Amino acid sequence: MTIQGWAEIALTIGLAVGLGWPLGVYMARVWQGERTWLDPVLGPVERGYNALMGLRPERGQGWIAYTLSLLAFSAASFTILYAILRLQDHLPLNPQGFAGMSPELAFNTAISFVTNTNWQFYSGESAASHFSQMAGLTVQNFASAAAGIAVAAALARAFAANRGETLGNFWTDLFRITAYVLLPLSIAVGLVFAALGAPQTLLAHVDAHTLEGAKQTIALGPVASQESIKMLGTNGGGFFNANSAHPYENPNAISNLIEMVAMNVLAFACVFAFGRVTGLRREARALAVVMTLMVGAAAGAIYWAETQPTPALAAAHGLAGANMEGKEVRFGAAATAVFAAMTTGASCGAINGWHESFTPIGGGVAMFMTQLGEMLPGGVGSGLYGMIVMALITVFVAGLMVGRTPEYLGKKIEAREMKLAMLAVLVLTVSILIFAAIAAVLPAALKTVSASGPHGLSEILYAYSSATGNNGSAFGGLGANTWWNVTMAVAMWLGRFGYIVPVMAIAGGLAVKPRLEPTAGTLPTHGSLFVGLLIGVILILGGLQYFPAQALGPIVEHFQMLGALKS
Amino acid sequence: MLRDLRPALVSVVLFTLALGLAYPLAMTGLAGAVFPHQAGGSLLRDARGEVIGSSLIAQGFARPEYLHPRPSAAGNGYDPMNSGGSNLGPLDKKLIDRVAGDAKTIGALEGSPAIPVDALTTSASGLDPDVSPENARMQARRLAGQRGVDVSIIQSVIDANTRRPMLGILGEPAVNALAVNRALDDRFPVAHPR
Repeated sequence: MTIQGWAEIALTIGLAVGLGWPLGVYMARVWQGERTWLDPVLGPVERGYNALMGLRPERGQGWIAYTLSLLAFSAASFTILYAILRLQDHLPLNPQGFAGMSPELAFNTAISFVTNTNWQFYSGESAASHFSQMAGLTVQNFASAAAGIAVAAALARAFAANRGETLGNFWTDLFRITAYVLLPLSIAVGLVFAALGAPQTLLAHVDAHTLEGAKQTIALGPVASQESIKMLGTNGGGFFNANSAHPYENPNAISNLIEMVAMNVLAFACVFAFGRVTGLRREARALAVVMTLMVGAAAGAIYWAETQPTPALAAAHGLAGANMEGKEVRFGAAATAVFAAMTTGASCGAINGWHESFTPIGGGVAMFMTQLGEMLPGGVGSGLYGMIVMALITVFVAGLMVGRTPEYLGKKIEAREMKLAMLAVLVLTVSILIFAAIAAVLPAALKTVSASGPHGLSEILYAYSSATGNNGSAFGGLGANTWWNVTMAVAMWLGRFGYIVPVMAIAGGLAVKPRLEPTAGTLPTHGSLFVGLLIGVILILGGLQYFPAQALGPIVEHFQMLGALKS
Repeated sequence: MLRDLRPALVSVVLFTLALGLAYPLAMTGLAGAVFPHQAGGSLLRDARGEVIGSSLIAQGFARPEYLHPRPSAAGNGYDPMNSGGSNLGPLDKKLIDRVAGDAKTIGALEGSPAIPVDALTTSASGLDPDVSPENARMQARRLAGQRGVDVSIIQSVIDANTRRPMLGILGEPAVNALAVNRALDDRFPVAHPR
């Protein structure tokens, strides 16, 4: 560990939070339908969109209508993406001549991208045509991100409402978030990536004759345009198999910094926008503080773990150094550690080093971050609503301690809200633990697990944690077969919509409640006391649920490693 | 939900046209016009204009007169059509055996008992174009012998192709192997068939 490494970690997280604030101010204007500097260009486009869609944006939707629209959009997205992947051999822009994906792989991939997970059982450079990457996957990178942010916007309106009925209009939110936030940012960041070395071409590959006289075929493609939204939308699905470790996706340390900031900045922006829409900026800031502290702690823990000796390297050489297996020289341990913490905290799932080759503690912390519910700072939108669910549980627990009806942000939290919040949390737990338990004993599932012993269990547990949390990063040794394609798709679907529906139900219930002024008996939800309580609830909830499983995977492996180092 | 059918279909079609086709194609045109070299993959060409590789993508140098890259798990090694890492856990027997074997080979080749970590580990992409400065320094003596020049001259070529951490704190110092090898071939050619 070096001072330089710690400075890099601090700078990265600091930039993500710091830039999240002005972006959040802008995002709040977009959510509220106010004028922005892009109106002269996008205003006419928006009116055309409304006309084509038959929309009257001033007419709001109740929570059920809003949710149904979101589900309908996701269903339509899934259908079209599935068709594109299956039929890519009959569609244009397939210079590589790839065959259509198999039904089960297309099913898994379509669910994966529609749920903002981007788990990849295929290898981009050898299975997805340019048309599939552009018209299929890139579109869902935008759409699934916008849908997540739309839910956050609806939740913000619910807290802001005083005996309100409606939560806004899903179709309007979808358009405005995409056109005013995601697309302009993607263009700007994509051009920077292209300047730094990410290819942007319709050529499939180029043949090089190397200095040693061999032939090297180098895969190319429209990488930069997909890379920017992949990070900004916390999607994480790489153009290439090696994802952000590939020199074409992430050419140097500057592009790496931009990728990391991009994958957290919109999640922080959602929190700050929430504060502005509800008028409760201090409370929103407290949520951002929790996110920052926890993602920072995870980055520090992984950095420490990845600079510890591993048995193979300790035995073989005399020079001290980090665990560089599965890492790139241009990033090193610090930039890989903070990337891993931010991607697993953000349900992004892009990687710039392989988590499977991390030390047990390094990989275990990354896995724990996905298990904590993906809100540190979480996916775009989903991080905010995940954190609000945790905050509701926290005020409830605090209310129990002092015997008062809990309130959060001026809304009474009653039995209905608590049941729904617990339902959302339990959906994640059930999906992760039950699927992992079955897979750990099922021969059909174990067939494609690459590691044995505790590391094999980690591989399984990581897979379902990542899928259910809509993260998409992997212990990459895991191979695909029918079991994995299908159950992982179910886990991704449950983790996305099994969470969104209860959250929207909470939003609907909160909107109709009156907004109360805080009294002397109200628990303040902006100070360090609340920050501490919230961190405690997140850790205890996550710890109680996943610690036993972690103990059999990463933790026992850590002690095995210490034993191997001694002998 | 039926009410949502029209907006759902219309929006997905619109999104596909605008974000799936117009956006990437416009970016392709724009990037190709403004940054043609990078947008094309940062390709390097020889005097005859033939592509010899990309400055961002590792080549599997194995001959003794070249700076060797890190081990690669991409396909059968350094295959840009199959990027990826070994995905071996730190306690995996395959990793421990591989590292022990490589350490022996490299130790014999370089006459160096202390081998930098990056020379023993496969990169994440399998295409890592860089090696650490320590790794390059270890190889400098062999390169000097093969090229018939002084070690300090080889080291100066290495230094000239070393990138320092950006802004002083971002990333790690890295030596681009292809750039070093091109410079060596230019300045101290070794007769070998191409």
